[in-house]
Amino acid sequence: MNRLINLALLLGIGAAIIASFSYLGIDLGELAGSGNLKQMVAYAQRFLSPDLSAAHLQAIGRGALETIAMSALGTLLAAVFGLLLALPAAGRFGWPLKSAARLLLNALRAVPELVWAALMVLAAGLGPNAGTLALALHTTGVLGRLFAEALENTPPEPAEAIRLQGGNALWAFCYGTLPNLLPQLLAYILYRWENNIRMASVLGFVGAGGLGQMLYVSLSLFQEAQASTVILAMLLLVLAVDSLSSWSRQRWVKA
Amino acid sequence: MLTRDSRDPAARPRLLLSLLAIALLWPGIHFSELDLGVLLAGDSQSEIGHFVSAFWPPAHGEEFIQLLVQATLQTLAIATAGMALALLLAVPASLLASRALSLSAASRAGRPSPWGQLLRWPVRGVLIFLRSVPEIVWALLFVRAVGLGPTAGVLAIAITYSGMLGKVYAEIFESVDQRPAHALLQAGSGRLAAFAYGILPNVAAELLSYTVYRWECAIRASVVMGFVGAGGLGQQMDLSLRMFASGEVASLLLTFLMLVLLADQLSRLLRWRLA
Repeated sequence: MNRLINLALLLGIGAAIIASFSYLGIDLGELAGSGNLKQMVAYAQRFLSPDLSAAHLQAIGRGALETIAMSALGTLLAAVFGLLLALPAAGRFGWPLKSAARLLLNALRAVPELVWAALMVLAAGLGPNAGTLALALHTTGVLGRLFAEALENTPPEPAEAIRLQGGNALWAFCYGTLPNLLPQLLAYILYRWENNIRMASVLGFVGAGGLGQMLYVSLSLFQEAQASTVILAMLLLVLAVDSLSSWSRQRWVKA
Repeated sequence: MLTRDSRDPAARPRLLLSLLAIALLWPGIHFSELDLGVLLAGDSQSEIGHFVSAFWPPAHGEEFIQLLVQATLQTLAIATAGMALALLLAVPASLLASRALSLSAASRAGRPSPWGQLLRWPVRGVLIFLRSVPEIVWALLFVRAVGLGPTAGVLAIAITYSGMLGKVYAEIFESVDQRPAHALLQAGSGRLAAFAYGILPNVAAELLSYTVYRWECAIRASVVMGFVGAGGLGQQMDLSLRMFASGEVASLLLTFLMLVLLADQLSRLLRWRLA
């Protein structure tokens, strides 16, 4: 019986794959046909001679700095607002505020960064400002939820001890709860920053600044040489962030 | 007698670190042209206010619902077809890149010979390249090469996900007990047979759950890729945003959320059933 159900599931998956190819009308044979393939190869060849002139490299450097600045400030804003929302979301101020804050965090998190960026371009105009705001909004949802969970899991005793000694609520939070929480918060913030650097480099496709916007513009103008340099810069950025984060994780985060 | 000391011993290093961080981030404000004021300024506030206030009711005209269903089906089909193509590439690549099937490793206590390592590197390099370029960049490139529409999305997912799946599969093969496969190889079996009887039984569950998880990611990715013209819900959302049709945007967003929730449930069911 169990076998039959599994077999039916596998058949269903196979049918779904065939159905999707036929629904989309993709003919792989035609796609790999000689005329089409020749065109693709010719298109790819135009990317093989990246434009390495000094002026273009300078523009790319500026774009990369813009990308990093967008991700850093977006993450920082998200950390501040995330912490502010995490306090009610962890149930510190009663249940009505708790469910309201959770709803807000879920809504912020559910919309992808790129959609936020498209909305922010409408609200704030083209440029990196829109990208920063979009990253901040989405990341606030993610960090707020992670912070709220961390807050709920910290031991309450140190803060209670300070309260019993006569310290007010703010001091109890700063000196009783925060020291326990801080390493975890920092780890979450750095992890999201890493994600956001990668995201910030493509937000420009909807006009939100950074390397993505350069790539979009140069591809729209059919300047494949310039575009391929931008892609190389993106690759370098991603690889640098990856190796930096894995190195720092091995160095500082002890399992 | 003890006196009350209100000094915070950690205050000075904290202050210095904060000042350093601010000094490092200050040029960032200039580069990112950060201006929170735009959200509160008069004209843009009224503009975004109009846009958001028209979110309710979400568009539900018959024609639009038909469009919505088509776009949703297209998104699902892009993710499924892309994953199928990615698997076609990823499975052979992972077999080539994995150290688990190395003949020299079987007789050298699990360490392949330098030659074997050298020959595996090109495959690994290709996989790293495929997955390091974000999928939306591939989508943008393919839209230029094969035209607007779902084909570009399918190819972009196939390329990026074959890189990810190939790498992770190869690592999963290496992570299980290597002794059964080594025993088979040393007894003279072919590599494929050693893989099928020595490694596959141990890794099948993990491979499956990772593949299903990636399918779920592919659905989210195919929505986002629509913004550069690769079909599906994203393309419709881009169009509606450009026409300031906020009711349509609202129902598209709701559909997207429902799709993600459904995919989550379905992948949980598949993992529970097959793993």
